[in-house]
Amino acid sequence: MHDSGISIWFFIGLSLLVNGVLIAGAGIWEVMNPPANPSVVLFHLHANVWWGAILAVFGALYCYKFAPKRQS
Amino acid sequence: MMAAMMLLFTDRLVHLAPVDFVIIVFYFALVLAIGFYLRGRANTGEDFFMAGREMTAWVAGLSFLSANLGALELMGWAGSAYQYGILATHWYWIGAIPAMLFLALVMMPFYYISKTHSVPGYLKLRFGESSRALSAVSFAFMTVLMSGVNMFAMAKVMQIVLGWDINFSIWVSSLTVAVYVALGGLRSAIFNEVLQFFLIWAGALLIPILGLYETGGWSNLKVLIAQRASTEYVHMWSGLGSFTTNPMGIHWTGIVFGLGSILSMGYWTTDFLVVQRILTAKDIRSAEMAPIIGAGFKMFVPLIVILPGLLGLAVLPMKLTAESAVAAGGHSYNDVLPLMLARYCGPGLLGLGITALIAGFMSGMAGNVSAFTTVWTYDIYRALIKKDATDQHYVNMGRWTTVVGVLISVGTAYLVMQFASIMDYVQALFSFFIAPLFGTVILGMLWKRASGAGGFWGLLCGTASSIGMWTWVKLDPTALRYVALSPNAKALAQDMYQALWSFVVCVVVTVVVSLMTKPKAAAELTGLVYGLTEVPSVGNLPLYQKPVFWAVVVAVALVILNIIMW
Repeated sequence: MHDSGISIWFFIGLSLLVNGVLIAGAGIWEVMNPPANPSVVLFHLHANVWWGAILAVFGALYCYKFAPKRQS
Repeated sequence: MMAAMMLLFTDRLVHLAPVDFVIIVFYFALVLAIGFYLRGRANTGEDFFMAGREMTAWVAGLSFLSANLGALELMGWAGSAYQYGILATHWYWIGAIPAMLFLALVMMPFYYISKTHSVPGYLKLRFGESSRALSAVSFAFMTVLMSGVNMFAMAKVMQIVLGWDINFSIWVSSLTVAVYVALGGLRSAIFNEVLQFFLIWAGALLIPILGLYETGGWSNLKVLIAQRASTEYVHMWSGLGSFTTNPMGIHWTGIVFGLGSILSMGYWTTDFLVVQRILTAKDIRSAEMAPIIGAGFKMFVPLIVILPGLLGLAVLPMKLTAESAVAAGGHSYNDVLPLMLARYCGPGLLGLGITALIAGFMSGMAGNVSAFTTVWTYDIYRALIKKDATDQHYVNMGRWTTVVGVLISVGTAYLVMQFASIMDYVQALFSFFIAPLFGTVILGMLWKRASGAGGFWGLLCGTASSIGMWTWVKLDPTALRYVALSPNAKALAQDMYQALWSFVVCVVVTVVVSLMTKPKAAAELTGLVYGLTEVPSVGNLPLYQKPVFWAVVVAVALVILNIIMW
């Protein structure tokens, strides 16, 4: 999977990065504009912020390590 | 556009925020982009049908696992964990790991060295055209039906969970799958399976994390389950001494000899969908490591499937019931995973969780369709209809078969919508073939004396006995006491014992007929059977690079986990 094309791991990284940024962003929005009646249990943990950040970090690492120009 | 999308929705279990829609749409855009990108690398038969046979152990291993880890399985087993407790974990541990390790160390060398492209292809080399034709036709038929059943199940889930219109779900998902598989072939299906693997973990792992936080840890969870259900729900082996002391109504012999040996062996070593992924590995050692890598990750899948079901039992305010007993406003066991997603996952996280389910369904469809395409093109069309066309001709046939396969699946989905019991029949159909097929393949690989006639008649008789037992119990339910050794046995137990007996019939008939007929000459069996196959030595490699070392690590971990959860 590491020929001159784009590696599958780059696509994985892209997916994690984009999803992570969207999720963390939604979480930060909720922290700044907390809903009157949160729809989830354990809202106070703000899981979307830290979980989104974790996914984004993993995704960024994969994108960096498996970026097409680094491999060719 | 949002307003237009809202018109497609009716009542639903979860409510998506705009960011959730963006995440779902991004997933569809990404899989289509992958398909278009791989179009340029799917122009030969080897590329289109076998992904160029260049996959690393990690890619082959993760897609091998993912091909099995569909959304129906995720939701269904979470539901089974709610219904039966931790016993459901057996289907992930003893019911999978030994078979995957067996495939890696014993069977993979013969599959790989024979350079075959499919399980029916191996049968042709080993036993002849009649065995290939029997397994190819039955497999092709079943797999495209299964694809349709999965498609219907997905559309139904999306309707219940999200309120999406069933036709919308069926057509959007099937057209997406048709495009990315027709363009990129098996490589595209594999890429998307590996993507699905990561999405499922990213989307579902928060449920056990937050769930264990809410319940105060595993010990507290067990206490809560004991209060709401019973202590039998959190023991994997101690209640299996009798058919009546566990929620599933099964004995340990059924788990060990039915599930652990025959049923799981049959599935993991001969189901073409999963074996095809390993056949794409770049060399024999990668082909051996891939199922071991899959096995290692399989051991952790209960974290995101079984544990949510158990947590649901402990924390959900409502009581879930069987599908047939759901009252108005009630929920079935299969709703436990979406309900837990809705409980813990806010905007963004919910979209990712739903995307993981959609990805699971779609890669299941893609897997079935790509397997159907390969078996149709190489094992039926090329073998029996047009034997001497060019490689390009077969690639074109593959692309068109993909589209036709998806359309047949759509047709099946609509048929299932009219006649829901078809789902049960298709599941039953699948179970008729896998145990006898395992008998035929394993005898072919390990016993030189197995003849072509023995292989064919063993497979046919084993399958017929499976159909016979199923029909007998259907017509006379008291027959269960003979087939499953107990009148208290549940459906899962019946499946296990049916597999065991049909395997025995297959093996006995294969042996008897082989001893009465002429075997193939040794020269024709080189590379196909034990004793006539030179497996490249790993003697000079360091221990940590030998597949057998990692297989032992996984096996030891399996034993330790079972002891901990006794």
